[in-house]
Amino acid sequence: MSFLSVKNVKIKGMAACVPERVEENKDYTLLPKEEIEKYIQTTGVERRHCAVHDGSICTSDLCQKAAEKLIADLGWDKSEIGLLIFVSHTTDYKLPATACVIQDKMGLPTSCLAFDITLGCSGFLLGLGTIGSILQCGTIKKALLMVGNTQSVYASYEDRSMYLLLGDAGTVTALEYSQEDSDTMDFHYLTDGSGRASVIVPDGGCRNPVNEKSFIMEDFGDGIKRTRLHEKMDGVEVFSYAMSNVPKSVFQLKKQFPYDDESIDYLLLHQANKYLCEKLRKKLNFPAEKVPYNINEFGNTSGATIPLLMVTNLGKKLQENKLDLLMTTIGVGYSISSARINMGKIICPELMYL
Amino acid sequence: MIMELNDFVQVFARQFDDTPAEEFTPSTVFKEIEEWGSLVALSVIAMIDEEFEKRVTGADLRGVSTIEDLYNLIQKK
Repeated sequence: MSFLSVKNVKIKGMAACVPERVEENKDYTLLPKEEIEKYIQTTGVERRHCAVHDGSICTSDLCQKAAEKLIADLGWDKSEIGLLIFVSHTTDYKLPATACVIQDKMGLPTSCLAFDITLGCSGFLLGLGTIGSILQCGTIKKALLMVGNTQSVYASYEDRSMYLLLGDAGTVTALEYSQEDSDTMDFHYLTDGSGRASVIVPDGGCRNPVNEKSFIMEDFGDGIKRTRLHEKMDGVEVFSYAMSNVPKSVFQLKKQFPYDDESIDYLLLHQANKYLCEKLRKKLNFPAEKVPYNINEFGNTSGATIPLLMVTNLGKKLQENKLDLLMTTIGVGYSISSARINMGKIICPELMYL
Repeated sequence: MIMELNDFVQVFARQFDDTPAEEFTPSTVFKEIEEWGSLVALSVIAMIDEEFEKRVTGADLRGVSTIEDLYNLIQKK
């Protein structure tokens, strides 16, 4: 059980960018209309913004576009940016780190500490805790946290459980070291690798290198087909794990860093699927008006879900007010995180498209 | 809260939208019901979490055959 409480750090801005290209779930050709309707009803996903996976749009491109706009709106001098963390499973290359690529492409100074974190749906809260922890040392003054995924690349068209769920997005959060005016950032983390087979791309890493068998379309019954280079998610296992462990994480957070549920303005749930989210909302006892969704438009965008949700649903409020936010994510790993973040009066441009 | 087997069968039946309640008995092999699938499985797991405050996994569901088997599994947890 790990807790972090970050001091002397302020979130100054947030921005997000999604591919312009949209895939409508109702146009899916491999299921009858009534079944698609059932999927849309259960998952809450009507459409997703997805890149064409030919290298023309990578996660880094989405994050970079968002970052260029945010830096301009903040009036930041790039030479002052001392830290860049890029959180994603869809890196530009197997190596080098995409953070290094971005440092050069964006013209950030070579004095910038830059590295990748390989995480999915839990990426924003793990990235935020990490970047905050480094910033609070005080020697680096300005930092960028980029979180996103073009994970629709891993979905097999013939695997509806993935194809109709996964969307792409890139986000950026700009933070500063600030002793006088800082945010509350309290985190709880939990890791459980016993669930590693529940969400996995089996081949293509070092454990199972790509071979001829990797490209074979395997039939898993019920119309579900994928290769070992596609993402496999055992939805039932993940659901069962999340129902039990996400509330436990929030409970641990609250016990360590007490807060009043009444004082929380919004509960931001990782947009995994609406059925799970609604079950969690009820378990955590938050009314619907405090729990925004954008999963209908964007699907499950992995680590980007929470920052994207903040930009699309709370952007205006975050520009004008301080908000007390409770956030919780469960991701591939399993990697779980919950956080209480009191922040606001930030620069938050409108959602961008690429 | 102790739920009797017959009540559990009724609550289990409610997780299905298209299958009449009369088709469900303790000896029903629920995975053979046409409507059974991953979406219904989610609903069953959520129901067990809500009614019993116990966690049933996908592996648990794969390991049992009848509704009564599932009921007994939950009692043992």
